[in-house]
Amino acid sequence: MSKIHFTLNGKEMEVDVHPSKRLLDVLRDTLAQTSVKEGCGEGECGACSVLKDGLLVNSCMVPMAAVEGTEITSLEGYRNTDKGKCLIEAFADTGAVQCGFCTPGMVMAAEALLSENPAPDEKEIRRGLSGNLCRCTGYDMIIKGVMLAAERGKGLW
Amino acid sequence: MTKNISDSVRRVDAVEKAGGYAEYLSDLSFEGLLYGRLVRAEINRGYIKQIHLPDLPPEYFFISKDDIPEGGINSIHMIKMDWPVFVDREILFYGQTIGMVVGPDKAEILDIINGISIEYEETEAAFTIEEGLSLKGGPIHEENNIYADYHLDKGDVDTAFASAERILQDEIETGFQEHIYMEPQGMVGYIENGKPAITASCQCPFYLRKAGAPAINRKPEDIIVRQAITGGAFGGKEHFPDVIAAPLLVALEKIRKPIQIVFDRKEDISFTPKRHPSKVYFKTAIDDNGNILGMDIDAAINAGAFESCSPIVLQRVIFSLNSVYDIPNVRIHGRAVATNTFPSDAFRGFGAPQGIFAGEMHMSHAAMEMGLDEVDLKRKYFIKQWGNTVTNGKIHGTVKLPEMWEKIAEDSEYYRKNANFGRGNLSAVGTAFYLHGGGFTGNGEQAIINAHVKLRKTADNKVEILLSNVEMGQGLQTTFRKIAAQVLDLPYEDVIYDNPDTSKVPDSGPTVASRSIVVVGKLVERAAEKLKKIWNIDGEQEAEVVYKHPEGYAWDQETMQGDAYPSYSWGICAVEVEVDPITYEVETKNIWAIHDIGKAIDETIVQGQVNGGVIQALGYGSLEKLELKNGRFYQNTLADYMIPTTMDFPAMKSDLVENPYEYGPFGAKGLGELVFDGAAAAYADAVEKAIGKQVKKIPVTPEYIMELMRHE
Repeated sequence: MSKIHFTLNGKEMEVDVHPSKRLLDVLRDTLAQTSVKEGCGEGECGACSVLKDGLLVNSCMVPMAAVEGTEITSLEGYRNTDKGKCLIEAFADTGAVQCGFCTPGMVMAAEALLSENPAPDEKEIRRGLSGNLCRCTGYDMIIKGVMLAAERGKGLW
Repeated sequence: MTKNISDSVRRVDAVEKAGGYAEYLSDLSFEGLLYGRLVRAEINRGYIKQIHLPDLPPEYFFISKDDIPEGGINSIHMIKMDWPVFVDREILFYGQTIGMVVGPDKAEILDIINGISIEYEETEAAFTIEEGLSLKGGPIHEENNIYADYHLDKGDVDTAFASAERILQDEIETGFQEHIYMEPQGMVGYIENGKPAITASCQCPFYLRKAGAPAINRKPEDIIVRQAITGGAFGGKEHFPDVIAAPLLVALEKIRKPIQIVFDRKEDISFTPKRHPSKVYFKTAIDDNGNILGMDIDAAINAGAFESCSPIVLQRVIFSLNSVYDIPNVRIHGRAVATNTFPSDAFRGFGAPQGIFAGEMHMSHAAMEMGLDEVDLKRKYFIKQWGNTVTNGKIHGTVKLPEMWEKIAEDSEYYRKNANFGRGNLSAVGTAFYLHGGGFTGNGEQAIINAHVKLRKTADNKVEILLSNVEMGQGLQTTFRKIAAQVLDLPYEDVIYDNPDTSKVPDSGPTVASRSIVVVGKLVERAAEKLKKIWNIDGEQEAEVVYKHPEGYAWDQETMQGDAYPSYSWGICAVEVEVDPITYEVETKNIWAIHDIGKAIDETIVQGQVNGGVIQALGYGSLEKLELKNGRFYQNTLADYMIPTTMDFPAMKSDLVENPYEYGPFGAKGLGELVFDGAAAAYADAVEKAIGKQVKKIPVTPEYIMELMRHE
């Protein structure tokens, strides 16, 4: 076991865990971040996406040793920001949500994309979300959701 | 009522889910929760000689058939009771449940399972339809390995064949498909007031209590089942949760503490049912004037080691082989074959996609052989209102296929783009035509389900919907509320519809078979009308209604003759592809779809179903290769079993035509499965035209295209 320090949604954290433990498990089991979903546990589906120092990661692929000193953002924190609210509202308005299991990860992936490119075209959105699987929507409405957020949230990103 | 029910509203669950507030099964917390993991057979067929258990630490349990309480039966009550809760002695498929390890720590449970050693006597197994039919290794089911053997006859096939100028032969094949609901299988069992209760990610809460009751020697009504927010299902959470619930209940009765079972993804792909693989042989009699005189069809599906709902899937397969075509003389023989594979089960479309794929490809092949444009041939045989179906029933509703085709032909520029394709210029537009009957077969809604729906007006003038159908992504939380609200002239926010709890709601049947809107939604509409009549601002009132089969639709289940479904929904999909001449990779350039679902209860929700169903079907047709190697699924992660990503297909253009159905709510018909039924065939048809070779199976991978191109 090792003491690992990081910030979660702006708050200082210290957890005492085995350094090989997955960030996903610490977020879900220790820190009650249940928006972070486990869809595959092997970095393929993106349901467990969070931001690590602003970059999109699959938390199932991140050992706690790699979390020391970093800033982690989960949807629990992001949903209270203006950008988070803008994306969530846009997803709701475009029909981007069906079963919803992939949606938290999609929102985080959309944030990662928009923070790099505040006005992406369809192709760029498809590329930005390509690491996140959805089985319900066929993606069209999710892509519209990101476009709507980019349009409504001009100046936010 | 001035507003149009089709006008889109915001889904009631959208913000809860997009904001990550929604708690799915594995997000729920229980005091003192234990975890369970299934111990599975490691051979395809044979017998258990002995099980050697490691020493179990305190608080850990190994649960097996020996833990079934007195009076309990080691059988899961599905349609039949053939599937044991735990292996008794004989193993019929790789992965069959032998036992369950339960305890407080997941890692420790894995260690214990790794320390279990089982001595087996392995015998010869059958994996393919052919091996099942030839009784390889001896019969698995009765004497012949046939779960269901059906015959349909329409017209006079023998006379038609006797007068034929030519007989065309064709063989069409489809493979396994895995659901990949994003949330894997999961449920929690716990004791409440001394009795067992389960909260599950599932489609059919009432199925679970029925399935598990015999094993623990209780009545179904002594078990409570609650549906958790469900992260996708697609048929994969129809019957299979029964197979988890039964051993969980046995463990629960012994341990009497909350126990959670959640599959990891590899377990979920390796050890859950798949879409039935199918093989269909056609013999088609034609004349020299471009006429199809008759068809003689033999269809078989690989049902796996236990029956589950395979006979009913087979019914959908054979009813769908002629789909939208009124062929004058048809004979169909269908068989559901037992093999030692993981039992195949429900998957969106429930046999129809296999039947429609075979039928569409064969019609295209026949046109090719006859030197005709496939659409010209297909249109000539479009079934019409009051036309004869393959079960000698009638199409009661208006058929709008011709005008739907005009729209697709125009949007896709089908004729211009295909005019000079010359078979093999590497790009083409393919199409498929399809229908889907809503609800259970024939009079099953009355004879088997007999759905009840209740609405309750609360003292504060809200309305609660009480029924057993579930939200699993398809939008029922919103559409059911809209139906009740529209009738009662309330804002839909004033209608309450919680996830079903079997101790509180009447049984309105399972969330399957595209029945939720057309059948149960109609009951919501009727209950709302009834409630409106007795509405009193003071106090509470209730209105309950029971399903009533529409008059004028006759069906004989024994002979399978008559109106197989009261209502049909219709669709056309077109796909434009370009095939790379070097790599044989296929780029999908455009997708068009048009559907007649009677009336949309919510246009955005309907479009969401169309988009998702079509893309899922394009995955089935192009990417989702799932092979069986020595009885095991060779692809068992999301790294090797490919489902469509954002990069695989372009945005689609999709339209609806209105064609209200008298017995559906506000005219609505079934939707959820229809939109899966045709896209795989449209894709295969496009590739076939682009390469000028007949495509006979899906998925149409670049490897398969290479085989076709190199095999002259």
